[in-house]
Amino acid sequence: MTATTTAPVAAPPVRAEKRPSDRLRNWATRAPLLPALIFMIVVTQLPFVATLVISFFDWNSLYPDAREFTGFANYSDVLTDPDLRRSVGTTVLLTVAVVGASLILGLVLALLLDRKFKGRGVVRTLLIAPFLIVPVAAALLWKHVLYNPEYGLFNGLLHYVGGPEPDWISNTPLLAVEAALVWQWTPFMMLILLAGLQSRDQQQMEAARVDGASNWQIFRYLTLPHLRRYLELGALLGSIYIVQNFDAVFTITSGGLGTANLPYTVYQSFYQAHENGLASAAGVLVVIGSIIIATFALRVVSSLFREEVSRA
Amino acid sequence: MSAIAVRIRKGKGMSLGLGLVAWLAGIVFFLPIAWMALTSFHSEEDAATNPPSFAAALTLDGYREFFGTDGGASPWPSLINSTVASVASTLFVLVLALPAAYALSIRPVKKWTDVLFFFLSTKMLPVVAGLLPIYLFAKNTDMLDNIWLLVILYTSMNLPIAVWMMQSFLSEVPVAVIEAARVDGARLPTILARVVAPIALPGIAATALICFIFSWNELLFARVLTGVVAETAPVFLTGFITSQGLFLAKVCAASLVISLPVLAAGFAAQDKLVQGLSLGAVK
Repeated sequence: MTATTTAPVAAPPVRAEKRPSDRLRNWATRAPLLPALIFMIVVTQLPFVATLVISFFDWNSLYPDAREFTGFANYSDVLTDPDLRRSVGTTVLLTVAVVGASLILGLVLALLLDRKFKGRGVVRTLLIAPFLIVPVAAALLWKHVLYNPEYGLFNGLLHYVGGPEPDWISNTPLLAVEAALVWQWTPFMMLILLAGLQSRDQQQMEAARVDGASNWQIFRYLTLPHLRRYLELGALLGSIYIVQNFDAVFTITSGGLGTANLPYTVYQSFYQAHENGLASAAGVLVVIGSIIIATFALRVVSSLFREEVSRA
Repeated sequence: MSAIAVRIRKGKGMSLGLGLVAWLAGIVFFLPIAWMALTSFHSEEDAATNPPSFAAALTLDGYREFFGTDGGASPWPSLINSTVASVASTLFVLVLALPAAYALSIRPVKKWTDVLFFFLSTKMLPVVAGLLPIYLFAKNTDMLDNIWLLVILYTSMNLPIAVWMMQSFLSEVPVAVIEAARVDGARLPTILARVVAPIALPGIAATALICFIFSWNELLFARVLTGVVAETAPVFLTGFITSQGLFLAKVCAASLVISLPVLAAGFAAQDKLVQGLSLGAVK
């Protein structure tokens, strides 16, 4: 602790030196970081390594003695099993649809909220609220209170118009899950894009306006290029969260009617079918998919981050 | 002259119109929640009508039903479990993240950006990928259905977010001020308490609220790793997935009560919400 107090604050990164006092000082600087770092490695990285190992075994927990090494057999099973293949497709469809729709809606809402009008704070609060409902509760709300074919609000309102009163979840199961998720995630996109809009260079926009640029030209040539990275960030973070979605699928359709996504399938294959090896292989595939998204996500975050650091 | 006046008037009308559109959008998005709140105060018979009974008599029966005053499973154990898991994991997160953020901002270690990005990358690892080994580990060590297992997992789930957020809040503390305090003979604990804390405290509070929200909402870990004893509030809610006769008012009451802490925390942290959710990338 004394070493910490005597060291200069915010020492510029120095080249590694061999003197013992420097080495001690380096460790003193690192010390506050270590508990968090070690904790994260133990709790998040070790289980993943274990998953990787289990994925190479034929292992059903109901028959623990029959466990044996099978190489890549689980992977070929996962990739050839029609149910699992369908769940890969469902995951992609669900993620693309939800992220795309909530991004577009979020952009429209952010543009509306970026203007001054009476009660802007109230509208902002109303719009954020869906994101602050516990996901399971939101899914229950959509399933029972809105979608129910007999007494749900949607069909209740359609009753007034005299339109058809469909069974939403049975007719369009995936769309039903997607709509509920879009409702919850649009506020998230809106918040990110609103932050993007508010970080625009006001002087530049004013100059463009003085030079006679129309609103559309300002949007097309100044706002949109500036927003690009915020759109990317929203899309990537949204993808990371939606790819992992479990709550909505579990609650609204219980994975039935072709809505089982990968997280749900992994959950089911070990929690209900006790197929540990298969579940792990599917889990590893989810990770590979996520790494592809994450690589892009990290690049976007780091470019925004460097901008912030250089601006500071 | 008149052309400008027309343009201004046109602009004003347009602006008013867009304000109305914004209001309309806000109301449409909020409508399901408003309807949920209204239904929770209706009797079960009035809640399940078509066309909907907007002006039915109000009653607290749905809430009475939910809190199990007329028999049935009480939600209190699950609410207490959720509180323990969320509050304890948030405290652990703060204890681990504060020193780490300090070592990544005020007195940065070498290659501190790499460390920061390591934390972020763990957040992108899907939960399902590690679920099975954690389940097997818990089963073999008798940790299944134990709330403290969830506390550990929720800590790991939120630590990266907290490190990122606090790193950005702590780096807002001007180095010159710290330097000045040091020159005046202040020691580290004093500097932390008197210089760093006042500037970083609002950010730290927002971080805590966001960690609380994520822990409170979590379902997958809780569903797989808890049973009767350590059941959390979202797991309690999954009991409503299959319909059980007339139960809409009860579902609405339950959903609303269990969402209240998140709504409160979320509105309290509103200004810093974006920063937290985007892992500090957006200010």
